Order: sequence, then C-alpha cells, then structure tokens
Amino acid sequence: MPEQASAVVPNSVVVENLVKRFGDFVAVDRLNLAVSKGEVFGFLGPNGAGKSTTIRMLCGLLRPTSGSAQVAGFDVGHNPEAVRQNIGYMSQKFSLYNDLKVIENLRLFAGLYSVPSAKLKDRIEWALEMANLKGQENLITGTLPGGWKQRLALGCAVLHQPAILFLDEPTSGVDPISRRQFWDLIQHMAEEGVTVFVTTHYMEEAEYCNRLALIFRGKMVALGTPSALKRDSMTGELLLIECDPLGEAVEALQSAPDIIDAAVFGNALHLVVEDAAAAEPRIRKFLEAKGVTVSHIEKIRPTLEDVFVSLTTTRGAAEERKP
Amino acid sequence: MSLTRLLAVARKEVLQILRDTRSLGIVVVMPVTLMLLFGYGVNIDLKGLPVYVYDQDGSQQSQDLLKHFQASPYFHIVRAVDNVPAIAHALDASQAKMGLVIPWNFSQRLSQGGPVEVQALVDASDDNTANVLMGYAQGVVQGYSTGVQISWMRSHGLSLQAAPINIATRTWYNEDLESRAFIIPGVLALVMSVIGAFLTSLTIAREWERGSMEQLISTPITAMEIMLGKLAPYFVLGMIDVAVCAVLAIAWFHVPFRGSYLTLTVSSALFLVVVLLLGFFISVAAKNQLAASQAALIITFLPAFLLSGFLFSIDQMPIVLQWITYIFPARYYVALLKKIFLKGTPAAMLGVDLLPLAGFTVVLALVATRSFHKRLE
Repeated sequence: MPEQASAVVPNSVVVENLVKRFGDFVAVDRLNLAVSKGEVFGFLGPNGAGKSTTIRMLCGLLRPTSGSAQVAGFDVGHNPEAVRQNIGYMSQKFSLYNDLKVIENLRLFAGLYSVPSAKLKDRIEWALEMANLKGQENLITGTLPGGWKQRLALGCAVLHQPAILFLDEPTSGVDPISRRQFWDLIQHMAEEGVTVFVTTHYMEEAEYCNRLALIFRGKMVALGTPSALKRDSMTGELLLIECDPLGEAVEALQSAPDIIDAAVFGNALHLVVEDAAAAEPRIRKFLEAKGVTVSHIEKIRPTLEDVFVSLTTTRGAAEERKP
Repeated sequence: MSLTRLLAVARKEVLQILRDTRSLGIVVVMPVTLMLLFGYGVNIDLKGLPVYVYDQDGSQQSQDLLKHFQASPYFHIVRAVDNVPAIAHALDASQAKMGLVIPWNFSQRLSQGGPVEVQALVDASDDNTANVLMGYAQGVVQGYSTGVQISWMRSHGLSLQAAPINIATRTWYNEDLESRAFIIPGVLALVMSVIGAFLTSLTIAREWERGSMEQLISTPITAMEIMLGKLAPYFVLGMIDVAVCAVLAIAWFHVPFRGSYLTLTVSSALFLVVVLLLGFFISVAAKNQLAASQAALIITFLPAFLLSGFLFSIDQMPIVLQWITYIFPARYYVALLKKIFLKGTPAAMLGVDLLPLAGFTVVLALVATRSFHKRLE
C-alpha cells in the first residue's frame, strides 16, 4: 500500500544529503530518503551505525552538520519547535520518570504537549487502553516490567496524536511476547495514518516494516521493501550446508573457489555463490577432500540477515581495500 | 510561554520532591538543624574566661584588685597558685586563658604613690580572644587604679571627686551584646543557599544523567518553561523555609526584629531567585549530579558561610578578601538581614544591598537561559 501511495500523499519525512560529524567521526554520511504518510519505515543496522544519531536529528535534538531534513513539512535545523509539535519520540533508553505513577507520567506528557483539557480525559483513557495499562494507573513507573514501561512510553509519546512517530529501538531489552504486542500497536497506528519511523537491530522485527533502510557505518547500503531487499540485494545465490565439523569447514571454505562469502548461521553454514546449481557438487567435493562430512546441502531463499551480512561484508571489504 | 506546560513541569517536580525523602529531609530538617546549631552551639561572646592568680603580695590592696577582676563578668578566677611555673602549666593545659602575677611590693609601691606593674600572661593562640581579653584586663586595672588615685589625692587634701573624662557607652541594635543576635539572622542565608543552589543543581543534572531530559526536550516545551517550571517549586519551598527560620529566630531565640516583614520577604525572595538561577546554571553546565552539587556548595554555601559577614565581619578581613566578597550575592543578603532584624533600617536605605542582588538576578537570568539549549550537544 504505502509504496504506491507515496506518489500522491505528501512525504512525512524527507532527508537530503544529511551529514552529522562529531569531530573527525562521521556518524551519518550523506543520507537521502523519503518516508510517506502512514508508512512503517524501518532503520536497520548494527549498534553505532548512526541510527540514533539520524533519529535525533529528525527530532531536532541534534543539529545536522550539513544537508537538510524536513519532518511534517518543517526543517529540523531551522524550525525544530514546529517539528516537535508534530512528532512523538521514544528515546532508546527508557526515559520517563521512574518515581512518578503511571497516571502522573501520562498527565505530565499531556501537559507538555498541551492536550486541551476537554480532550485530556479521553486521551489518557485511550492511552491506558492502548498500552493495556488499565487498572495500573497508580503503580510507580519504576516498578513496571520492561514491556509495560515501553508501552507506557509509547502511550506518552502519542497522547497528542502526532502525525509522525519516531521510535529508537523501542523493543530493546523486552521479552519476545511483549515485543510482538508492541509491534501490533505500531501496525495499528500506521493503519490509522500515523507515519512510524523505527530503528531496530532485530532482523525479525524488520520484517514488519513496509520499507527498510539498511544502514552501516553511517551510510545507507540498501533501501526497499523487505521482500525486494531479499530478492534483489544479494549478489549471487545462497546455499545452506549442514556439515561436521563446522569450524573447520568455514576455515577451509575461505580459500575455496566460487565462494563470495561464508558465514555461520546457527548450526549450519550459509554460502553466497554465483550459481548455486553449478557450485553445489564442487563444494561438496571440496569439503569432503578436507575431511568434512556434508550431511545436507540446498539452495535457500535469503533472509534479511543474509542480505544484511552480504551487503555489509562486501561494503566493509571494499572500504578496507581503499588506501 | 505556555502556562499549561510550565505547570506540568512544576507539578511533576513537586511530586518528585515529595517522593524523594532525601531532598524532603533537606527542605524540612536542615533549616531547623542549622538554626538550633547556630543558636545554641556557636557563641563567640567572651565571658567567664578562666584566670589563675599568683598573689606574691597577699595584702589588702592586692586582694582588692583581684576582687575587681572577680566582679567583672569577663573573668573567672579559677585558682590561686604560689609559683609562676604553675601558671605556665595552666596555660599549657588550657586550664587558664590568663595568669595574673601581682608583685611582692604591690601595696608598698601604691602607698608610696609610685607606679607598679601587674603581670598578665595571656594565651594568645587564639589572637582574637587574646586581644579582647587584654582589653578587658586593661579596663579592670584602669578602673582600680583610678580609684586608688582619687583616694590618694583626697587623702592629700586635693578635691578631685572622679576621673576627669568618662566615656558613656550605649550599645545600639544589639543592646545585650549577644553574639546570637548577630549570628542567627545570617543563618537564613545559609539555608537559602542550600535550598536554592544545592537542591536545584541536583534536580536538573539528574534529568541529564537519567536520560529523561532527552524525552523532555523532544516535546514542544521551551527552555524558559523548563527553567521556570523546575525552579518554581523550589522558590515556594525556600520562602517557606525563610518563614520557618524567621519565626524560630524571633519567637524562640528572641532575636530583635525591628524591620518590616515586607522588606524581609522582598529581600529573601530576591536572594532566593539569585541562588536558584545559580543552581540552575551550575547544573546546566555540569550535567552530572556529583559535579553540580560540589560546584553549588563551593560557589554558594561556602561564601555564604565565610565571606558574607555571617560569622566573620567583612571589615576585619584583609582588603583583597573584602573585594572578593562583593562578587558573592550572600554578602548583600546577610547585610540586609542584619539591617532588617537588628537595625530596622528603612526600606529606602536598603537599596545599596538590594540593587546588587537585582543586578545578579538580571545577569544570571540571561546567562542561565542562554546556556540551556534544547539540544543534546
């Protein structure tokens, strides 16, 4: 839906050549992207890739070194206050007030966002309902389990019905079931027209996004829907090999012909090769010659993690080759 | 400026203070403790100083002189000894502040009308006490010797009735010369410094440390609203503490109060705003609780204690230190407190102290608002 919609609906977030330097360190390097209304846009990358720095610039918390970004039609560098009126933000670290009650945190943020008193009661009711915290209003926030805290933080961030929601690793440190519930909430908000810009390093969460940007060392290395990324971003094809011993096999394969990349995934190997059908018998032979027993080998469809590993290793290797 | 946002922050701050036993303790217990401590514990009056005497003469006249010493409220003759080393030992052991030695020919010389010297050995390890003590001793001996002179002249047919010149002293403002009356008004400056600068420096630095500042500044609230919202509850607490201290000073310690409550309120409010802004600025600059609280103590509490004229009068300080006192707001507030409590100086004459405080307010307000940005860098 959002892919086609982007042509008619004005973009919620437009980023052009955005750069952020801290001294000599380039945290965000010439980033370009556009996010349309109602889209769940995922920002995927390892820690330190520049995800939080980008999101903080988009919320007006950091000043871009160069380039520009428009959020809800306002420039983040020149008009951060107008941006803040139109966004909700959940920072990476839980940062509500632990010594306040659930209801007191909600009232505080309702006040900070100037929710009109006529709507105040409804909005707080709605947030409690949404965050599944009805009946827990008088608990001290610090005593809540991690998943509840995250839902409360989301509730506080959307009290004023912002058009755009920025979530910086909203589910880190939260158990899988709570994570699932949290993503249901995000999907629900997107259906109601809220644009959601979310960073994560959980690959399975990335699958819930309409579109993804893969970011690595401050640069965007790929952009597209999860399925398009899996289809198009891999150079070559993917083979799964179950063999024993695994460690020796990986080491031996580094010097094997035809192989673009080899990586351990759980108790198996994923190999990136030019042509899976042609490579399969040659690799089986090569490994057996090295004394490795191959119990299973097949061509598989890449996961997002494969795509990510493939893109970042080729990118990393290319950068290291540069003087 | 949105009152809704400002009040939201202020309400949150009040809730946090009420839930934090540590800061609540400081707000409630500290003023009373300081008042009692300085009201009862610190007494810089010199009274009943212990004296050892060695009366070599043992005559009617020498005993007369000693009675003069005994009659003075400043001296208390603890013991009579019969050798000088015993006096030296008493001074060494701090059993006496002064030893008096009356020479063997004391009454003989007096009856001859000739001059005679009484030796006073003074413990001058505390120079201030020693100076005061020597002055008192001089006074006692002077009084006695005038009496001797007059009776000598009379017995020789001369008609002088009293000493030709007398000084008639009247002490104003602190009639009973009680150091308590001098000290207690200044305690308010200490209390304000702790409430104003120390507590506020913690509350803002804490927000940076815990990360809640990032969430706070991602909302439309302005820097000014954050500042006022955070400081308002502390202003109210500080004013309540002023009232508590003033009531204790007047009703419990009977410190004279001759000024008006209005000038006390205005002066206190002004000083409180100055220290609140200082605390705010410190915590914005330091961004962590430990550094902020240390800086707050050094910049506000210590000067309020040492350089404000609270305990040590500024006129007595070396000239360089006197200059330095001008840059600390506490100096002006302590001066105001002493004038309002003890002198009842009319409001129009308080401008010399109120104006500098107003100046600090303007400068600090500018610096504090400029230094606080709604950004993470």
